[in-house]
Amino acid sequence: MAKQIITVDPLTRIEGHLKIKVEVENGKVTNAFSTGDMFRGWEIILRERSPIDAPPIAQRICGVCPIPHGTGAVLALDDAFGVKPPANGRIIRNLMLASEFIHSHLLHFYHLAALDFVDITAILNYKGIDPKLNKIKDWVKSDADAGVKSAGAPFLPRYKGDYIKDDAVNIAAIANYIKALEIRRKAHEMLAIFGGKIPHCQTLFAGGVATQLNLERIINFKSRLAEVKSFIDNVYIPDVVAVASLYPDYFKIGKGVGNFISYGGLPTDDNGKMHYDSGTYIDGNIGNFDSNLIAEFVKYSKYSSGSGLYPLNGETTPDAKKDGAYSWLKAPRYNGKVVEVGPLARAIIMYLKGSDSDHKSLIDSALSTLGLQPADLISVMGRHAARALELSILTDRMDEWVDELDPAAPVHTKFKIPKTSEGMGLTEAARGSLGHWISIDNFRIANYQAVVPTTWNGGPRDDAGNMGPYEQALIGTPIADVENPIEVGRVIRSFDPCLACAVHIVEGDREILKFRVC
Amino acid sequence: MLISRKKFLQVSAGSIAGVALSSLWLPKLLSAADAKNGKGRLPVIWFQAQACSGCAVSFLDAAYPSVDDVLIEVISLEFNPVIMGATGDLAMGVIDRMMVEEKGKYIFVVEGSIPTEADGFYCTVGEKEGNPVTALEWVKNIAANSMAVVAVGACASWGGIPSAPPNPTGAMPASKIVTGKPIINIPGCPPHPDWMVGTIVNVLKYGIPELDKLNRPTMFYGTDKLIHDNCELRQYFDTGTFAKDYGDKGCLYELGCKGPVSHCDVSTRGWNGGVNWCNRSGGPCIGCTEPFFPGGAGSGLYEKLPAVEVPGLEKININANTVGVALGGVVVAGIGAHAAARMIATKYRQNKEEKNRDKGTPYILKEKEEEEDK
Repeated sequence: MAKQIITVDPLTRIEGHLKIKVEVENGKVTNAFSTGDMFRGWEIILRERSPIDAPPIAQRICGVCPIPHGTGAVLALDDAFGVKPPANGRIIRNLMLASEFIHSHLLHFYHLAALDFVDITAILNYKGIDPKLNKIKDWVKSDADAGVKSAGAPFLPRYKGDYIKDDAVNIAAIANYIKALEIRRKAHEMLAIFGGKIPHCQTLFAGGVATQLNLERIINFKSRLAEVKSFIDNVYIPDVVAVASLYPDYFKIGKGVGNFISYGGLPTDDNGKMHYDSGTYIDGNIGNFDSNLIAEFVKYSKYSSGSGLYPLNGETTPDAKKDGAYSWLKAPRYNGKVVEVGPLARAIIMYLKGSDSDHKSLIDSALSTLGLQPADLISVMGRHAARALELSILTDRMDEWVDELDPAAPVHTKFKIPKTSEGMGLTEAARGSLGHWISIDNFRIANYQAVVPTTWNGGPRDDAGNMGPYEQALIGTPIADVENPIEVGRVIRSFDPCLACAVHIVEGDREILKFRVC
Repeated sequence: MLISRKKFLQVSAGSIAGVALSSLWLPKLLSAADAKNGKGRLPVIWFQAQACSGCAVSFLDAAYPSVDDVLIEVISLEFNPVIMGATGDLAMGVIDRMMVEEKGKYIFVVEGSIPTEADGFYCTVGEKEGNPVTALEWVKNIAANSMAVVAVGACASWGGIPSAPPNPTGAMPASKIVTGKPIINIPGCPPHPDWMVGTIVNVLKYGIPELDKLNRPTMFYGTDKLIHDNCELRQYFDTGTFAKDYGDKGCLYELGCKGPVSHCDVSTRGWNGGVNWCNRSGGPCIGCTEPFFPGGAGSGLYEKLPAVEVPGLEKININANTVGVALGGVVVAGIGAHAAARMIATKYRQNKEEKNRDKGTPYILKEKEEEEDK
């Protein structure tokens, strides 16, 4: 059978502008290219500004995950300024970041990824008495009966495909889509209690936070946390298990590179202990993470600046028409290796290191429920499961962290901006390992670089031609109908792409897929 | 007062270029909306250019009405890349169909600035005949076939952070790209969901709301919505109690608060279900609803508003150079702090404008000053 080329552009239900091209032979993907389609130049804009502008501006790299970027920035500033936040400052930063994990994971599963599996037209068969579901049913039905072409927009049209056939499962999923809107909103309220507002909070500063602490804020936070936690344990995790059990083949699809790193994040004491352990799992071996082994390559990225550089020495000189380049993402590598980051990376590394017994027993219990082996986690469904399971542990810990807050103690340590300095801020974001690097000269930002989860996962080929994690995960994916490549979306969305942060991957047969800007 | 069909068409066609929208001809827009696609809801195309999706996520945070009610009862959201079911060509086909079949009937929501350098190739969306299509081209075409354009967020309204010096991609606001269509700006980084939903509901039910000279709905951004005038920390300002460090009690002026030069209603509306808002949290206002946001390389988000000299309690001069507001614990007698804040605001804008002119920041509107200075 002849090779067929499929271009999916834009890949929607993600953050940002992503193009995926795949080559299909005999019903399977044999080559893949991931391309980020947008560049803004955040690092360039940050230059010459005051270093204290970095947290609010870095947050605005992404409206879905601003807090990780704010966190990376304040950690980099803490490092550069030589300042340490008081316990309250550390805890409030954690609570804000953790609240964002909740918002982000719920948004991802229910509102971005689920439509690849759930048949929303099943609502037409609803016979119950729930007012909201009946309203949705009437909404779709009346438009459809009136011959309105866009009935059910923006959820229809969609690809044809093997959606869930059981009406009861579909309708429950639709009901939970609606409920998840409300619960996700409450996670944002939790964040705003300490952050002032969200998206893009007001209170992240070097040396801690600006949030004045009082009992009312603590209680407001805790009560919402209890409600959100209940949804995660009683609805979100069962829903992921339900979808996973209906698509067991997706525990075999989208395995990808199989190498993982985690920077670690969410410090739980003042001595460097982290909720998320750092580490690496490369070529089947567990190891310690060393930030000095990160380098970014740009042969296939639209930058004319140097390749193979450590982020602090990184350069960002855009070249929209660079010959042979196909992505605005750089290609970060760890010790030269292609690696995946994210909830699955955290799960694999912590499971194998035995970093957290609660974490390990929860994963073991999920594996036994689904009749799977640990290796099966490295897959499309494994990524969804890792996301849901980590929220259960995280929300338990959040409840403990809130209790550690002391309304009478300070939230912030004073800092002085140094004339010259350097700093690095590493954390875990909802989507994976995130690093910010800053260098300061004459009290101004001289250089700023961010290496974000989607750059790790969605970046293009490196200078040696090794495909990025998205591209590798697509290889071998069965495509039932090239006109409706629903499988491509399932594989890529399992990574939870966030392209405003990162952008771009894909490479391949240069003859066919050469970037066509020129 | 209704206007004639001829007049309405003139305005819609842009023959009265640069005229700020007024509710005068709104009733006509309304009937255009009613004519649309038989759903009784406003068809909307929500397009992202150089966006971070923060505006879209804020829209999802709408509480009363909730976003699901908005989708069911208020608008017909035909295209939104964050939540739509369709992907790839299937998704872009929706826009192609709308531009023909719903020509002149849909609201075009733009999120993000639009890059113009490198022929627009800093942002491409979809392909036509195998070639990438720039966001610049999409925005021009979708706007040309729309009823009106709604720019959501600081980026689409003024250019925002992507347009901050040195503006590496030639990022422009929607108003610099779109011609001949009414434009409503809903700035903020991001805008409050109520501002977006409220504006759209207003368009559907009553027509385009009253707009200021920056094309912002006055019901959310009016001159009576100056943050400083409505701030719950105002008493600290009036009594000269100023926070010296983050987390301190007091007015946030010394920490760089832009409340005296920024307009919106969050101080009374509250963010995220009303649980908090910017200044209440202790994080100073950064002026995200104003064209100067985020300032230039020489200024920055937390630059303190112009310094104030306090010659002494007996000799407080009030003029543009020495604004007689007591800072640092001195109570000002006999001086309206309100008037003083206005003067700070004026001076700030003058400084800012000079700086930004040099730095090349798109600093669009100056008329506002005249209006405010009255």
